[in-house]
Amino acid sequence: MTTLDLTPVARRSRLTWELLDAWVMCRRNLMKTWRVPELLVFATIQPVMFVLLFSYVFGGAIDVGPDLDYVDFLMPGVFVQTVIFGAMMTGIGLANDKEEGLIDRFRSLPMSRSALLTGRTLADLVRNAFIILIMLLVGLAVGFRFGDTTVPAILAGFGVMLIFSYAFSWVSAVIGMSVRSTEAAQSGGMIWVFPLVFASSAFARVDTMPGWLQAFADHQPVTVTVDAVRALFLGGPVADDLLLSLAWCGGILLLFGPLAVRAFRRDAAG
Amino acid sequence: MTDHPAVLVEGLRKSYGRHTALAGLDLLVAEGTVHGVLGPNGAGKTTAVRILATLLAADGGRAEVLGVDVLRQPQLVRPRIGLTGQYAAVDERLTGLENLEMFGRLYRLSARTARARAAELLERFDLAEAAGRQAKTYSGGMRRRLDLAASLIMAPAVLFLDEPTTGLDPRSRQAMWRVIADLVRDGTTVLLTTQYLEEADQLADRVSVVDTGRVIAEGTTDDLKRQIGGDRLDITVAEGCDLGGAAEVLARSGTGAATVDADERRVSVPVSGAGILAEVVRGLDEIGVTIVDVALHRPSLDDVFMTLTGHGAAPAGATGPGGPGGDDGPPGPRTGDDERDLVKA
Repeated sequence: MTTLDLTPVARRSRLTWELLDAWVMCRRNLMKTWRVPELLVFATIQPVMFVLLFSYVFGGAIDVGPDLDYVDFLMPGVFVQTVIFGAMMTGIGLANDKEEGLIDRFRSLPMSRSALLTGRTLADLVRNAFIILIMLLVGLAVGFRFGDTTVPAILAGFGVMLIFSYAFSWVSAVIGMSVRSTEAAQSGGMIWVFPLVFASSAFARVDTMPGWLQAFADHQPVTVTVDAVRALFLGGPVADDLLLSLAWCGGILLLFGPLAVRAFRRDAAG
Repeated sequence: MTDHPAVLVEGLRKSYGRHTALAGLDLLVAEGTVHGVLGPNGAGKTTAVRILATLLAADGGRAEVLGVDVLRQPQLVRPRIGLTGQYAAVDERLTGLENLEMFGRLYRLSARTARARAAELLERFDLAEAAGRQAKTYSGGMRRRLDLAASLIMAPAVLFLDEPTTGLDPRSRQAMWRVIADLVRDGTTVLLTTQYLEEADQLADRVSVVDTGRVIAEGTTDDLKRQIGGDRLDITVAEGCDLGGAAEVLARSGTGAATVDADERRVSVPVSGAGILAEVVRGLDEIGVTIVDVALHRPSLDDVFMTLTGHGAAPAGATGPGGPGGDDGPPGPRTGDDERDLVKA
């Protein structure tokens, strides 16, 4: 029925296969993103609205101290907010694959078990990097300026955001693999992000919040990441927040990576 | 050829909570044959296929494909099987070619072989012209063919088809049947689940009838049909016509005694196929009987169940191919399968 030699390429290590499979999956997801540009546009419009609303509507009412323009304070917060919401696309995409029966097909293939997830999260990382770039242009247009800092520090700031984005993609992957429908992934993936984003230093200073909330807001991953990015972009002491942010991301990856792979292996129906 | 059966299932059990999907299922499929698993929704067909395709762990029993235990060595089974489910599992946003290339790469073919194999399969399944179009623009039948092509990339020795024509219009169904028949000629072993006796009859060498997670009958479709009496011809005649005479005409052409329902003015007789229809009509015309209605009743899954279990195959969709629920729309959610099993059992 075929004249082709269908012997699989065998002479490769496990890790090579893992990477090749992940690349195939990543490419597929990027092609999909490219073909549904509406989604990318909507994903950008939302943070742009936040920039405009916060800088023009709330900006005057939010006190960030005498030495700082609110838009300079705001942009690092919006960047982090953008990537955490962007990371939630990972779960939605996976839930959609599951609903379409694609996950079943992938699971019946001799492919690497975790490549589907690695490929998906990497594709979302690329997508998030693109959105950050757009957001940077929007920020510069509304008056955002880097402060007393260096080019390596600015690049490090974007690096931290991408690491943060990648870590939360895995949280989202666990949600996407655990729910039964795309709709559930959409709502379930977002609800818990709101308190994380708003009870943080993203839009207002934590020391203006009530004491009980400060206890949470001061230590949670969004705050430390926003503070680290802010320091890297505007200048100021950075070491503590940077280390805490990286520790949070590492912890999240260590916990949710294996959980997501387990959810993928587990029977999708049961 | 090996000395192993293509598929061997013994006492396979699977429960979802308190619901029993498989209650000791047995199957034996010889290499190079088509085996039909016939049963209504909720009978456990999909669960059995999912276990055999390494997607689901069983609670107990034995399941082997080509002599390899699917529960212990799934990674050895995967390269040798193909699976096509009830819904076409292809990526809607990729083109037909891109879909097959992607799956080929994931089967670990080299990039060049994956591409060549994709082109070959698209040609074979009459999709070459649509190769560059996104799968979301495909009709239901094309999507199903693409899905089948994806499961054939490695020319698997054993192919699992889970209700391959559910939801297809009659023409697409015929096309699908031809494709499956071709595969079998090439030596592929096929395990096919279906709700349609007609489909099993068309394709399968042997059939296992499954009810509530167990096999309740096994044999060739001819065996089954013999058991349930085959086709039946119903003729309704006009008011004032000779029912007794009509019964005699039908009995001459039928394979058994004719029965008369005087109230409905209907005469029925078991027959073997529609071939005798002309003869019957001529015979009735000769004795001056006017025909109001002619119906050839083919045995359905319902009849099989009525005969074997005394109850019908309750759930909808058992009326025959193209019956209620059959449409050519986009594929529905995949995750619903086993839930449906739970509800309808």
